[in-house]
Amino acid sequence: MSDKTIICRCEDLTVEEIREWISKGYHGLEEIKRASRIGMGACQGRTCRRHLIAELARANQKKPADIGLSTFRPPTKPLKFGAFTGVDQDD
Amino acid sequence: MIKSADVVVIGGGSIGCATAYNLARLGFKNVVVLEKGYICRGSTGRCAAGIRQQWGTEMNCLISRYSIRHFEVMNESLEYDGDVEFRQNGYLMVSYSQKEAAMLKENLKLHEKLGIPVRFLSVDDVKEIVPVINTERIVASTICMEDGQANPFKVTDAYYRAAGRLGVKFYTYTEVTGFKKEGEKITAVVTDKGEIATSAVVNATGPYAKFISAMLGHDLPVEPERHQIVVTEPLDPFLRPLVMNFFHNSYCQQVLNGSVLAGYGNPDEPKGINYDCSWQFIKELAAKIVDQFPVMKEVNIVRQWSGHYGISPDGQPVLGTVPGVEGYYLALGCGKGFMLSPMIGELIAQCVAGQDTTLPIGILNVRRFKKGELIVEPAVV
Ligand SMILES: Cc1cc2nc3c(=O)[nH]c(=O)nc-3n(C[C@H](O)[C@H](O)[C@H](O)COP(=O)(O)OP(=O)(O)OC[C@H]3O[C@@H](n4cnc5c(N)ncnc54)[C@H](O)[C@@H]3O)c2cc1C
Repeated sequence: MSDKTIICRCEDLTVEEIREWISKGYHGLEEIKRASRIGMGACQGRTCRRHLIAELARANQKKPADIGLSTFRPPTKPLKFGAFTGVDQDD
Repeated sequence: MIKSADVVVIGGGSIGCATAYNLARLGFKNVVVLEKGYICRGSTGRCAAGIRQQWGTEMNCLISRYSIRHFEVMNESLEYDGDVEFRQNGYLMVSYSQKEAAMLKENLKLHEKLGIPVRFLSVDDVKEIVPVINTERIVASTICMEDGQANPFKVTDAYYRAAGRLGVKFYTYTEVTGFKKEGEKITAVVTDKGEIATSAVVNATGPYAKFISAMLGHDLPVEPERHQIVVTEPLDPFLRPLVMNFFHNSYCQQVLNGSVLAGYGNPDEPKGINYDCSWQFIKELAAKIVDQFPVMKEVNIVRQWSGHYGISPDGQPVLGTVPGVEGYYLALGCGKGFMLSPMIGELIAQCVAGQDTTLPIGILNVRRFKKGELIVEPAVV
């Protein structure tokens, strides 16, 4: 991927920017997420996670499988507040 | 790993990093921070990062007031090459009942005495400041426009980097598993990566603090309590002050990137460490938020997560020395540790250095729980 390629569409981050965060010492998935916001947007990393793991693996000279995954959290896709109101109060 | 240290700080959250920075500034040459995960793994990286002075006890108000003075100049004072994103958009406190209104009035007297600029708002004022709010049941509200928010990752990063430049050593993925003592004196910290000889230890592990105390034979009555939270898709600015509602026990605030953070305190939450997310939480939260802001019905939640408050018996921080364990210091914000971290860091460093502290932290010593001298904080969510 070229340096100016957008890696995280939700937060508008390029590969170059992510490499810069890595070079500042943010080597783990959780750390770089907190520093740069990568994967924190509406898609919750569904698009960028794979590319980020590849970048981290390269920088850390590890296999992608050894980078790990960040925690998957609900909701699995964006859901409106309204989807939770007005439903049966007792279930 | 290093063999010995002047001071070992346990915990790489906002308080641990702020304390380490202040220790180095006071001239301690050999300060070490131990963190079992990565920086900001704990509550700091999971909090709503609201910053308010509208508390009901004098010490909570003062520590927060002094901390705000630090936040205001933090980018410069810590020579940060980013922005800690401190924004003074205010905190609006809303009550639906006479009882909660009485608490707000009582707190306001304290704020006036301490010179904190809080004012009462009419319902019309509220509507003007937050046009999207449902004012139907509002009985009373107060606002402080000096209150606000900051980015917890950036604040902690700013302290971490400033401390690093002053020579503080950080060991991440290093867990404290025990201690060595001679009589009542601490002589070493034991970790899963080896031992560090030291005579001074600061416990800045937030909700985990009682587990560290237990390793030293100290019974600390600060219990971890899970708090859940959600974040929405980013929206155009529409909610300027954070809105805290005492009836719903909830808060709702829009942050710099446009996302809204919202959560509430569950009075029936069992004590203990638990990072699970519950469906029930989102359901109850949605009812609370849509009641207050009907427009939120159409807004997408993108993530839910959880972290912990450390709950002290009176809702106030626990700071300073511990009777019976020499060289042991507690640096615990107890449910509001992020907003208090700049000042807790300063006060604890002064205490470790044997200096007079800027604020009288003796009142917040852990001894108060044994003596039963509790001044209970009423304004918690
Ligand atoms: C949902 C939610 C919303 C909140 N909202 C706010 C808010 O708006 N404003 C506010 O001020 N506060 C808020 N809080 C509270 C705030 O998050 C905490 O009070 C604060 O972050 C505590 O900071 P800390 O540095 O003391 O602890 P933490 O950030 O929890 O750091 C403690 C660290 O110690 C480490 N640790 C634990 N045990 C060990 C060990 N044995 N060895 C080595 N390391 C160890 C942990 O890994 C952790 O990183 C909120 C909390 C939650 C959960």
